[in-house]
Amino acid sequence: MPNLEEFRQQTRAWLEENCPASMREPIKSDKDQCWGGRNRVFASDDQRVWLERMAERGWTAPQWPQEYGGGGLSKEEAKVLKQEMARITARRPLESFGIDMLGPALFKFASEEQKQRYIPEIIRGEIRWCQGYSEPNAGSDLASLQMRAEDKGDHYLVNGSKVWTSYADKSDWIFCLVRTDFDAPKHQGISFLLFDMESPGVSTHLIKLISGKSPFCETVCENVKVPKENLVGELNKGWDIAKYLLTHEREMIGGFGLSRAGTKTLGQMAVSAIGVADGRLAESGIRADIADFEIDEMAFALTIERVVDEAKAGQGTGAASSLLKLYGTELNKDRNELLMSIGGSGALAWGSEGGETRAQHWLRSKGNSIEGGTSEIQLNIIAKRILGMPG
Amino acid sequence: MALVLNEEQQMLRDSAKSFIQESSPVGVLRKLRDSGEEWSPELWSGMAEMGWTGIAVPEAFGGLEFGYVGAGLVLEECGRTLAASPLLSSSFVCASLLEAAGSKAQKESLLPAIAGGETVLTLALCERNRFDPESIATTAAADGDTYVLNGVKQHVLDGDIANAFIVVARLADAGEDGLGLFLVDRDAAGLTISTTLNADNRRVADLSIESVRVAADAVIGEPAASGAALVRALDIGAALSAAELLGVAQEAFERTLDYLKERKQFGVPVASFQALQHRAAQLFCELELSRSCVLKALQAIDQDSPDRSRLASMAKAKVAKTSKLAVNEAVQMHGGIGMTDEYDIGFFMKRSAAACQEYGDYYFHADRFAQLGAY
Repeated sequence: MPNLEEFRQQTRAWLEENCPASMREPIKSDKDQCWGGRNRVFASDDQRVWLERMAERGWTAPQWPQEYGGGGLSKEEAKVLKQEMARITARRPLESFGIDMLGPALFKFASEEQKQRYIPEIIRGEIRWCQGYSEPNAGSDLASLQMRAEDKGDHYLVNGSKVWTSYADKSDWIFCLVRTDFDAPKHQGISFLLFDMESPGVSTHLIKLISGKSPFCETVCENVKVPKENLVGELNKGWDIAKYLLTHEREMIGGFGLSRAGTKTLGQMAVSAIGVADGRLAESGIRADIADFEIDEMAFALTIERVVDEAKAGQGTGAASSLLKLYGTELNKDRNELLMSIGGSGALAWGSEGGETRAQHWLRSKGNSIEGGTSEIQLNIIAKRILGMPG
Repeated sequence: MALVLNEEQQMLRDSAKSFIQESSPVGVLRKLRDSGEEWSPELWSGMAEMGWTGIAVPEAFGGLEFGYVGAGLVLEECGRTLAASPLLSSSFVCASLLEAAGSKAQKESLLPAIAGGETVLTLALCERNRFDPESIATTAAADGDTYVLNGVKQHVLDGDIANAFIVVARLADAGEDGLGLFLVDRDAAGLTISTTLNADNRRVADLSIESVRVAADAVIGEPAASGAALVRALDIGAALSAAELLGVAQEAFERTLDYLKERKQFGVPVASFQALQHRAAQLFCELELSRSCVLKALQAIDQDSPDRSRLASMAKAKVAKTSKLAVNEAVQMHGGIGMTDEYDIGFFMKRSAAACQEYGDYYFHADRFAQLGAY
């Protein structure tokens, strides 16, 4: 494809000219990630410039249609852009649940008016979104959720609580699963609602995790009035959207199982931390565990590759997202366990104000196999949907 | 290269499946065993007619030049029905050695016969109960135009039926890496062959090599520089062994899944119990990962990738571990009937254990994977 090569050259030249030098450096702390939003505060001028320049071309959402402000790139072009960004180790200009989660659902389920209203500001990073799914009494059994949205003529009146709403305290809007039919079977009374976090009656409380960090909130709604036009898709058909979105989320979390390109392998880290005896890592037990892990890690990366290639070739077995979510998160926990073993007593130091320590990463990783559907739920899905086991 | 089968490969897989299911279902293994036999010459002729014996041999020497991904697909289907043949040892591993290191004359005389299935060769490598290609004590000493070999070889695959052996021996006064490959006829003077029947109803041979004299033209490649060809052949052996083992494990899993859906206890199919569902789902994931490894390793061989060795070790290690889990779960989940000889599932456990050892077990390949990763 000659056009693709041309696109690569143009992209390379544009990135060289427009990506500030400091935006090519590795991310050191949370502040280095840009989440945008109504009250966005940039860690540096470079961060602001980088977001603005990328958003102007729609390259914060490279494959979304241009009519909504997206990049309009083909799959192949988007891959080239990704490769060229990786080549200069450019940071992602915008971290966004709007792009990673809500956007795909809006394209599939929202009205034209809703797409026109919400998508451009997602692409420009002007509105930061959070997700309202789980509730104190609806975790793995998500469809039993109880947050109520009552029809009051010109608006819905929302009451109830959501938990594990990531960064709800910093978000502008929420996409939320609510119960709109209180008598129907549990899956058939759920709707998908969008509302402003500044609406009267919305409050958020931080949840402190075992890692000492608080990326999650509990979000409480007391008599919150939500305009009816904020309903996405059909009334009481929200579960379809929820399932669609969870599939996206699982694939994203599953990606945690992959080590990032350019970082040292566990084997290399162990050699520098522990040393070598007779040509082998000095701790033979850790060495065996690392080899076992790295074989699985490689096998997992190859499986992602195969799933994508099979889908392209129309040979896909489908329903791969549960497998990827399950295996990727379990691998990430294994990786963190091994990092703790490699570090030994030195890995136990607790965090200071700024970055996260190894021990904090290790503790945070335990949540990977809980959030977005536990490993046990993924096993249920595989057993029932792929293997056809009854019950 | 995309990690998928192309159209020709899919066609080969489909034809391999239907041929092997028809001509050598698991019942054939049972019949052979009950009549005190280990393999079927008729099946072997059928495989040769299908062209399988020449899949990895260049067209110039009478083969199909189809590549090792294709060889793996055929072996996976053989694994599914536990069909015994010297495809792996002769048609794939020994053929690859000859192709890579053999002289023109050796290729011309041997490769067409291997590709046609008329000649069966096998590699005589191991000297103890572990796969350990680096400790070779068998010696070869030059004596005029000839070489004199001395040593012992163990667990030689298909050693009961091979027409000749490729014996790996260390050249006297050739230094550390001075390995040579020597073609030794089955009836060579000084060669004593004793065979052992293994749990999987396949027979392996131990060789006692006492002053066996071979001519200079029986040396494959440069006498003291065969290392690279041997490493490649063993990578091929490991990756293809993984392919066969994948078939064994996949079939054991599918038979078990079917059984769980049929078998009723407490008034319901036992497949409805979550304790079994989660284990089945976990095994499904391991099999999917294993399949990715096998395809990648075989593609790496076909493309002569610099990562070939590490990928081959990854594949064998991963599949060996998965297969061990699959056959253990298979017997356990079948319950009492899984312990009976009358039921076929036990055959899978036996073959899995043997195939895990062939061309290196989990521990060998995990260690090699670590070494190639510099730790």
